[in-house]
Amino acid sequence: MTTQASSPVSGPARGGDVLLRVEDLVKHFPVKSSQLVHRGPRDYVHAVDGVSLEIRKGETLGLVGETGCGKSTLARCVARLYDITSGRIEFEGIDITRLPASKMRPLRREMQMIFQDPYGSLNPRRRVGSIIGDPFAIHRTASGADRKRRVQHLMELVGLNPEHYNRFPAEFSGGQRQRIGVARALAFSPKLIICDEPVSALDVSIQAQIINLLADLQSELGLTYIFIAHDLSVVRHVSDRVAVMYLGKITEQAPVEQMWAHPRHPYTDALLSAVPVPDPASLDRRERIILVGDVPSPINPPSGCRFHPRCPKAQQKCVDEVPEFIPRLGDEAAHLTACHFPVADGEDISKARPAISADLRVVESSIPEGSLTGISGGDGP
Amino acid sequence: MTRFLIRRALQGLFVMWLMTVTVFLIFFVGPGPSSVARVLAGRNATAIQVAAVSHRLFLDRPVWDQYFHWIGLSHLFGLSPDPGLLQGNLGYDYYHSQSVNTVLKSALPITLSVVLGAAILWLAMGLASGIVSAVKTRSLWDRSFTTLALTFYSMPTFVLGLLLILGLYYEFTIHHIGIFPAPGTWVPFSSNPLKWAQALILPWLTLALVSAATYTRLTRGSMLDVFGEDYIRTARSKGMSERRLILRHNLRSALTPVVTQFGLDVGVLIGGAVITETVFGLPGIGFTAVRAINQQDLPVVIGVVIVASAGVIVANLIVDILYAVLDPRVRLH
Amino acid sequence: MSYNVGDAVAVSTIEEAPIAVVAEGEAAKKIEGRSPWVLAWRRLRRDRAAMIALGVIGLIVLMALFAPAIAAVLGHGVYQQFRGTNPAGLTPLGQPVGPSSTFWMGTDDQGRDIFVRIAYGARISLFVGVVATAVTVAGGLVLGLAAGYFGGIVDSLIARFFDWLLAVPFLLLAISLISVVTVHPIGPLRPGLPVVIVVLGFFGWAAVGRIVRGQVLSIREREYIEAARALGARPWRIMFIDIAPNLLAQLIVYSTLLIPVTIVGEASLSFLGVGILPPTADWGEMISTSQNYYLYGSWWYLVFPSLALLITTLAFNIFGDGVRDAFDPRGDLFV
Repeated sequence: MTTQASSPVSGPARGGDVLLRVEDLVKHFPVKSSQLVHRGPRDYVHAVDGVSLEIRKGETLGLVGETGCGKSTLARCVARLYDITSGRIEFEGIDITRLPASKMRPLRREMQMIFQDPYGSLNPRRRVGSIIGDPFAIHRTASGADRKRRVQHLMELVGLNPEHYNRFPAEFSGGQRQRIGVARALAFSPKLIICDEPVSALDVSIQAQIINLLADLQSELGLTYIFIAHDLSVVRHVSDRVAVMYLGKITEQAPVEQMWAHPRHPYTDALLSAVPVPDPASLDRRERIILVGDVPSPINPPSGCRFHPRCPKAQQKCVDEVPEFIPRLGDEAAHLTACHFPVADGEDISKARPAISADLRVVESSIPEGSLTGISGGDGP
Repeated sequence: MTRFLIRRALQGLFVMWLMTVTVFLIFFVGPGPSSVARVLAGRNATAIQVAAVSHRLFLDRPVWDQYFHWIGLSHLFGLSPDPGLLQGNLGYDYYHSQSVNTVLKSALPITLSVVLGAAILWLAMGLASGIVSAVKTRSLWDRSFTTLALTFYSMPTFVLGLLLILGLYYEFTIHHIGIFPAPGTWVPFSSNPLKWAQALILPWLTLALVSAATYTRLTRGSMLDVFGEDYIRTARSKGMSERRLILRHNLRSALTPVVTQFGLDVGVLIGGAVITETVFGLPGIGFTAVRAINQQDLPVVIGVVIVASAGVIVANLIVDILYAVLDPRVRLH
Repeated sequence: MSYNVGDAVAVSTIEEAPIAVVAEGEAAKKIEGRSPWVLAWRRLRRDRAAMIALGVIGLIVLMALFAPAIAAVLGHGVYQQFRGTNPAGLTPLGQPVGPSSTFWMGTDDQGRDIFVRIAYGARISLFVGVVATAVTVAGGLVLGLAAGYFGGIVDSLIARFFDWLLAVPFLLLAISLISVVTVHPIGPLRPGLPVVIVVLGFFGWAAVGRIVRGQVLSIREREYIEAARALGARPWRIMFIDIAPNLLAQLIVYSTLLIPVTIVGEASLSFLGVGILPPTADWGEMISTSQNYYLYGSWWYLVFPSLALLITTLAFNIFGDGVRDAFDPRGDLFV
């Protein structure tokens, strides 16, 4: 199996120096076995299988994929909440891959996370002021009245009433709780904020508010974001560049408008075709690309290009060879695709049929206990 | 399933081993090397006897050597003629000049009579009152049973025992109603079953009333929990009669925690019926142990502690296995 | 972006409407009351049985606190033996004297005022009950947190320790340990109060520890714990500041119900002669000594200490039940 090409180049549009560099990150989870003593090789969930990224200061990288593609795992690996199986993570030039907790701690002020679940990411038994003030307490930078003042300032910054300092999370709505999460992440004005599906659990109208909040904060405080989501329209709105993940690997990466205008990977094409369009007339005219089959199990990923069992353009080469992650069809250097037969401009793949035998396409679509289940993103509304 | 059983059995053996180490530490190491022989030989031992004990138990040797000897590993490997724990020898009672096994052999049936008899009684009482309380929630039955349960639950065993003796035995006897024999009477089952039971009524009542209280509460709570479950609601809406509902569906799942608790309690009581035995003067293994402690006859105490812990561990194992049989979810963990 | 009273705020859903755009005081009062502790307390106050039980506990505490005052008022010291004739604490034959206007609950075999001794005995029972329970809960909490949070080998070791602890026959081992210690003290374990508290406290660790461990295992996976780790919090901080507060309610209920068990445990140990050493007044010891006398006419010697023990335990149990129901009112919902 050939690995992906060395570090891709960031787009020129936004960005100063490289803030975060990820090289060939691999994260495998051993599948829990009920055996007392181990016999034979163990099974692993290939959550992330060789991802390389670069993030520049000031930009927003959108990371999309279906549930189970590994994007949340990738986020947690980057934030060093997990130890990684192999690869390298560099933050501001420092190799943080195997940094012990004590050395990692000061760096955590620069890199923060916002979580998906507004109901689960806040401790229900603690008051909001205490939750937001946690960073100050943990790093012992402020206490007492000083801490309270800073916390209230943060609350105002995110649009919460600072008088609610002593309330419990249960007394806030979903959107407000997410703001609390944002406030907590902002305590030290970190350089990088990893947003793990921050709006997926909110009503659509509230989503807009939170997204606008994040955008405002970015310009005010000069933040850099990794924005993870499964909703493409949200990602389009916030990102400078977008990366698409599938089954632990990145399939396509490009500046946002490039990706929408010239999607190269069939998977990207399928995703885009499923995005709801407000105009019913154009909806009728558009051909939906429907992917067959379920997401294969990450314990035993398909050979070659992992997408081949569901790809309408699949051919024998896709089963045998892992495609390189390079610019295709004359794209610019910032637009990278891992596909042997990328989609040309104007090509309609809804009518395409794969050119490999049916039995080769049948892979393990039953997902064993404990692994991640996925919704195929190609089946639109 | 077999894997689960093996694992549980191994765990049980491990804990048993830990127990022997603990006992050894407390009794052979705790008192300090110079005093151990004296302590083990008993209060009445002469100097010569102490020396003999010291030699016989290899107390001049290093600690782990003593342990191997005591536990019977030395005998197993042919290094010593004296059988140890592994061979079933619980030690020698120097105070009474007999083997501990003999002492316990006469004491164990008494404890078992008391505990098992009471156990049946309290299980019946607890289940019956618990079920009635659960079915007729908030009725007079429920409230009375719950209050009684609470009262007996709050009563220490020895208080109830003594009060029962005062109230029943004393009052009846001074009025010449001889239903209850004097506390301390023991008639083996084999010689006269009726008198055996008669002597045990008060101890049974004492132990049973206090324990039943827990079971009333447990059964009631467990059944109420199950009542709220959806599958009960489904069965009821399908038209099943209430009685059948209770007996077939509710009871079976509600009983699981009760049964497991029962197993554990019986296991614990084998060693813990000390108080009941003491109050009623029944020389079961608990009472024997307490008397031995007062006489500083420690080999007997050691023997009892080993037997009692073994009882608990075995009971735990049985309960775990039962639970795995009843509830398949447990096996998969 | 702060809000002021009277602001007209455009909101897209009702959900988003800021709660505070009402008169501050009113809103504060209405919302502040929703703290789970306040709710539980309110429920508890409405439970009449529990409140009566609390009153009884209060009386017992007062009696314990003012025991010396009671002794002084009555003129009967707690160790004072009335073997003479004025007042006569023993019959001419040397037997205890029954309840009278002088000795409200009669005397014991040494002519001492039982009522005064019961008052002093309350001190022991309450003290041991509370302190030993505290030892149990504290130890169990720490062990359970460590086992649940760290997992791996720490968990295995602690779990084995719990297994062992639960297999040990409590009474027998307590008695053995205490008897060994009486002959030859081991470290801080001295006969009497210290060893009793240690033994009673120590043996409860397994029960509490297992419950805590189970809870920690499920809480550990919650996202707010991940968030705390992402912030760089140290493990012990996460355990005590993030996880433990979620256990607090359950621990309070458990403690309240554990106190009567501990009181009975202490009385049992003293009854068997391995607890509090005489001549200190202790209910268990009094009941034990009464065994030689109560069948020969001195019923008060058995009955009054028994009642004291029973009422105390009952009160704590009823109150404990009330506390449990206050935190978990599920029981009310059943038809």
